[in-house]
Amino acid sequence: MQKLVEIVAGVTNGSFTASAVVEEHLGRIKARESEIHAFNLVTADQARETAAKIDDDVKAGKKVGALAGVPIALKDNMCTRGVETTCSSKILQGWKPPYDATVVTKLRQAGAVVVGKTNLDEFAMGSSTENSAFGPTKNPLDISRVPGGSSGGSAAAVSAGFAAASLGSDTGGSIRQPAALCGVVGVKPTYGTVSRYGLVAFASSLDQIGPFTSDVRDAATLLEVISGHDPMDSTSIPQSAPSLVSVLEHGVKGMRIGRVTDLPEGCEPDVLARLEAAFDALRKAGATIVDVKLPSLQYCLTAYYLIAPAEASSNLARYDGVRYGNRVEATDLNAMYAATREAGFGEEVKRRIMLGTYALSAGYYDAYYGKALKVRRLISDDFARAYKDVDTILTPTSPSTAFKFGSKTDNPLAMYLCDVFTIPTNLAGHPAMSVPFGVGADSMPVGIQVLATTMGEQAMFKVAAELERAS
Amino acid sequence: MPEQISKETVVKVSRLARLSLSPDQAEKMTSQLAGMLEHFRDIDALDLSDVEPMTQPYPLKNVMRQDVEAKSLDRQEVLDQAPAAESGRFRVPPTIGFDV
Repeated sequence: MQKLVEIVAGVTNGSFTASAVVEEHLGRIKARESEIHAFNLVTADQARETAAKIDDDVKAGKKVGALAGVPIALKDNMCTRGVETTCSSKILQGWKPPYDATVVTKLRQAGAVVVGKTNLDEFAMGSSTENSAFGPTKNPLDISRVPGGSSGGSAAAVSAGFAAASLGSDTGGSIRQPAALCGVVGVKPTYGTVSRYGLVAFASSLDQIGPFTSDVRDAATLLEVISGHDPMDSTSIPQSAPSLVSVLEHGVKGMRIGRVTDLPEGCEPDVLARLEAAFDALRKAGATIVDVKLPSLQYCLTAYYLIAPAEASSNLARYDGVRYGNRVEATDLNAMYAATREAGFGEEVKRRIMLGTYALSAGYYDAYYGKALKVRRLISDDFARAYKDVDTILTPTSPSTAFKFGSKTDNPLAMYLCDVFTIPTNLAGHPAMSVPFGVGADSMPVGIQVLATTMGEQAMFKVAAELERAS
Repeated sequence: MPEQISKETVVKVSRLARLSLSPDQAEKMTSQLAGMLEHFRDIDALDLSDVEPMTQPYPLKNVMRQDVEAKSLDRQEVLDQAPAAESGRFRVPPTIGFDV
């Protein structure tokens, strides 16, 4: 399958057309989508129109964008004007947003071809896509296994060759974990790097959009396009994002890579073996491995599962059957709210709304939410200390390879533990990415997570590129 | 940390969250929330008295835009997506005269 950068080069210099590229991808979608279910919606007609327009521009000698002709899939929690955006929830089924998310505008301006909207755990709450109201996505490498989540459809779309790249959102690991489970690259940038305008909010202080691609160079290329300050997002960092593609060949000689000595328990031995192999590869390439301690990491799950549901309970209050989405009619306003939300939200979403409402309610706020915010500070301080001694930190992305459907659905806590290595990054607001690095005992891919400090994407990409060369 | 969560509290919270849970759902929710809250007790032992709460990862203050007119969403396009609209407005069921 063609890389994103190869498609851009070929379309731009006229060796092949954007239309041919789109047809190739639509062909693969036609062949396998019925078994994978990566998409909530395939926008084939619009994709063909966009591709034809790019081909016309190339023929006419006009300048085309940095992503000319690249078929891209969007997680279905990013607003696309006039195109259904559901968050894989019944409450939004049929909703056509009146505006484009900033990332969608940027992609269109760069000449990308949107091929569809991908499946997710409802409102991005989950680690397997089993919480989608429209049925789960299957892992293209083994359809008896989950693709991870919540951006499982976006990961599967790239893994199956349905799109050359896709966008996901990551609140506690929702890009990195599915990337690891599907054997692709997934990046969660520094909080504030990519605009959240038009991303349906889950937990606003944690959410961040990022790319899925089949290799590190493609990820750097796509991230450069979608990054940058946006006045429409008040949490957007008011400075330009660093150049990433330019550092990929720099190597890791002299870099200091952190090994966490007090990593939370519960990681499978075959995954830990790959982590050791990753350290060996970086050492061979000239990096120094330095032990670091992150003692507060053990509390990250508690902090996250109080903070994220608290923010979600507030964000999801807007689904009240008044301005958008679906309504269940009732005699008065309050009864309408309750009936609408009861019918529209799935079980996991209700559970998190309940948990968050409880954690924020009078009498419990200090004991739960207030405390969690303080633990968040401890985790951030731990990282700050560690990054005095190291440039990046390496951990597994996920404690295990892709698991079987149904194996964690009865136990919410077991599912939450999937995010134990990815959550700390979101709490700190740092960047982190998952790079495929060999396979586990079951021959399924293992992802290694590269973490860096705020705006530390260059160091992170250097290490990721080295791991890719060594894998 | 507070006592174990009761079914009565769960029902109260569900009203605050505008979710109407059936008695069976409330029962199940109570046991699931109790399990999670039990797990969350791990932070009870921490002394957090001198720790500043962290609400945002990147400290930005008073983010304002220029006070100039800008294009806003098309009203009709927005209303077309509402469950009910009338005379350029969202339409809702009666808000007063019922037990709230």
